[in-house]
Amino acid sequence: MKKLINTPESVLADALAGIDAAHPELKVDHVNRVIYRAEPTRAGKVALISGGGSGHEPLHGGFVGLGMLDAACAGEVFTSPTPDQMQEATKVADSGAGVLHIVKNYTGDVMNFEMAAEMAEAETGVKVASIVVNDDVAVQDSLYTAGRRGVGLTVLLEKIVGAAAEEGQDLAAVTALAHRVNDSGRSMGMALTSCTVPAAGKPTFDLPDDMMEIGVGIHGEPGRHREKLADAASIAKQLVDPILADMDFTGSPAIVMMNGMGGTPQIELYIMYNEVAKLLKAAGVEVVRNLVGDYITSLDMAGCSVTILKADEEMLKLWDAPVNTAGLRWGV
Amino acid sequence: MSTSTITLDQLIAWLSRFRDLVTEKQSYLTELDSAIGDADHGSNMTRGMSAVIEKVGAAPATAADELLKSVGMTLVTSVGGASGPLYGTLFLRMGVNAGPVTELDGAAFGAALRAGLDGVVARGKAEAGDKTMFDALSPALDAWDAAVAGGADISAAASAAFAAAEKGRDATEPLVARKGRASYLGERSAGHLDPGATSSTLLLQALAETVAS
Repeated sequence: MKKLINTPESVLADALAGIDAAHPELKVDHVNRVIYRAEPTRAGKVALISGGGSGHEPLHGGFVGLGMLDAACAGEVFTSPTPDQMQEATKVADSGAGVLHIVKNYTGDVMNFEMAAEMAEAETGVKVASIVVNDDVAVQDSLYTAGRRGVGLTVLLEKIVGAAAEEGQDLAAVTALAHRVNDSGRSMGMALTSCTVPAAGKPTFDLPDDMMEIGVGIHGEPGRHREKLADAASIAKQLVDPILADMDFTGSPAIVMMNGMGGTPQIELYIMYNEVAKLLKAAGVEVVRNLVGDYITSLDMAGCSVTILKADEEMLKLWDAPVNTAGLRWGV
Repeated sequence: MSTSTITLDQLIAWLSRFRDLVTEKQSYLTELDSAIGDADHGSNMTRGMSAVIEKVGAAPATAADELLKSVGMTLVTSVGGASGPLYGTLFLRMGVNAGPVTELDGAAFGAALRAGLDGVVARGKAEAGDKTMFDALSPALDAWDAAVAGGADISAAASAAFAAAEKGRDATEPLVARKGRASYLGERSAGHLDPGATSSTLLLQALAETVAS
């Protein structure tokens, strides 16, 4: 394992120290591992809190700031944070207007956030609403599994819902919007290589040089199937087809994210974006906004994911609203 | 010593024995978890139970509810993943049900454990055969209740519960997981014991050993 770390044990603490050093506009609670805005939440503004295992950067800490999250809880690499961390995040971020928990659909995250919500309401009376994002079409038998995983759509949702909260929408409205976004977007990912968790020191799974894994999540968990490596055009088709088969994206403008998994260069992401854009055009999907880059990663995994969101007018307006975070910045 | 009740000291001894067992079996639990999960069950449970015993030692509880609730909170805040909320809820709900007493008879302990298991089900939404800790705990609790109803003492009831948990745990091996990260493996999850059912069986083993007459 070759990594730019001090020790495997100190990866998270050292990374949080780095975020603290790099971003005076953020504050870091190093004990509870919470990243939050230095400027207190404006009275009456709904607070958005997310979190999850680390290793997906810039998600979630990189999306704390004006127009997106108010606080993010960082768990150990690929391990959910705990309810006491979420409680601390709620304490620093709540301004009295309530809190929305944005949770990716992974069993550990869901349970810990549920407990945090129960504790917050019981102990502090803070109103907590939740959205569990589940956009991964790679998971087919959702009746017999823990359900579709929460992946790329989380980024788009944090941006759009963050703008709504910034605008002053109340908790009910912000929550309803979050559900609408979740219902309107789908993702699909693939891997060229495994990732290596620092504490494990070796790749999570074996993937021969000439093979790729289609339908991966963001922790190196298995995908739909494994097959021979192919060119960018056919890989794009393998990602776009199952998304379009799951939902009709025609008739509304779409926001598309071509996301890198952490170990894929931008030049390849642009090649992939072009292939995806061609396929969507042929399918009659009108792409009006896009993101190309690393937004929700799986450590050093090479690979990518595609997220498509069917956007209504309000979502588009909120998408274009100013955002000022380490990971996403425009209009400011 | 009477075997018709479980005392506060026995509850503490039970927890301490559970800590020892998960520590002894740490690599085995992690190995089971690496086959169908994310390879951290052994280290997570060891970390959690060590934190529990440290906390119990530092601030001795004076009643069962205080003890069990503190155990639950410690597990929730120190374990993470799915095991933290599930084991945490088990003990939190047990504590609420047990109330401020210093000993529990067979029926009261069974009722507390039942409340804990109901909490686990509410949290994890697992059903029988999903390949989870429920598959060990549920038959164990049924065996406990049946033994107590039949007039068995604590020690006999605990042995019956442990035997039923072992049977339930072993029955998870051929199952296809329907909950948690293992469920994404589909058919590939069959042929492995469930790590949660295995650690839950250790909980019953610890109880049986603690109250053995």
